[in-house]
Amino acid sequence: MEHAVTHTHRDDTASKIGMWLFLFTEMFLFVGLFLVYSIYRFRNPEAFHQAAEELSTFIGTLNTVILLISSMTVAMSITSIQKGDKKLTLILLGITIFLALFFLVNKYFEWGAKIEHGLYPGSSYLKELGHGDILFFGLYFFMTGLHAFHIIVGMILLGFVYHRVATGRVHSTDFAFLENGGLYWHLVDLIWIFLFPLFYLIT
Amino acid sequence: MSQEKTHIIPYKTYVYVLLVLLCLTFISVAVTSIELGTLTVTVALVLASIKSFLVLSYFMHLRFDQKIYAIMVTGILLIIIIVILITFLDYYYR
Repeated sequence: MEHAVTHTHRDDTASKIGMWLFLFTEMFLFVGLFLVYSIYRFRNPEAFHQAAEELSTFIGTLNTVILLISSMTVAMSITSIQKGDKKLTLILLGITIFLALFFLVNKYFEWGAKIEHGLYPGSSYLKELGHGDILFFGLYFFMTGLHAFHIIVGMILLGFVYHRVATGRVHSTDFAFLENGGLYWHLVDLIWIFLFPLFYLIT
Repeated sequence: MSQEKTHIIPYKTYVYVLLVLLCLTFISVAVTSIELGTLTVTVALVLASIKSFLVLSYFMHLRFDQKIYAIMVTGILLIIIIVILITFLDYYYR
């Protein structure tokens, strides 16, 4: 390991194809949930309409804006690493991770308000409201919760990317790891693009 | 590996895409606040599809990368559409 110039085999195309294949499985996971949501919505139009009114469009919109901006910053970080601007790459990744945290804080307050009102899976208040509301809030907590879990995973992944950029393992000629981290982050954004109208807007 | 030389996308492009995405978000919030019945659902989903198209092609580089990724994603999206269609057909004609 004394010689810095070691020739390691690298295949960026294969690594990105692998990432895309993983993202496809993620898409199917959420498409399945969207189907469950749609069918239950057809079966309980009234209850879903009433329940969806309970959700705060403001927080939903704010979180959409946050995720879209964070998607842009992580996309920009690929441009900056290609230009060899390590400092800017780290700043952009830092902003992305910070925005992810901001998203989670909003989610915490949003969920907190729901739980305070007795709207959580298995609550006695929900049981009184009936079958449709139980389904709506069950799906709401499960789907936004699964999405929030992806946000946490994305933050950890981008944290690794940050570390590798900082230590120079990811640089202007070897940045597939950053690209893959970015792809994952965009997928989280893509899922939210559909979650947001389905839960918050269509009432 | 000569194909690895991808061209660098300017920062400006991303800013423009973000602005369009934000506009589409606010349009969908505004449109869905008006009660239009089933049309609301359609408008919201069409706008969401346009947004995801922009994210896929610009943020996820499908437009600029090698064609293989775009072909794969198109194939998967077709499968997803078929799955959704079959589920709904099954539900309606049950």
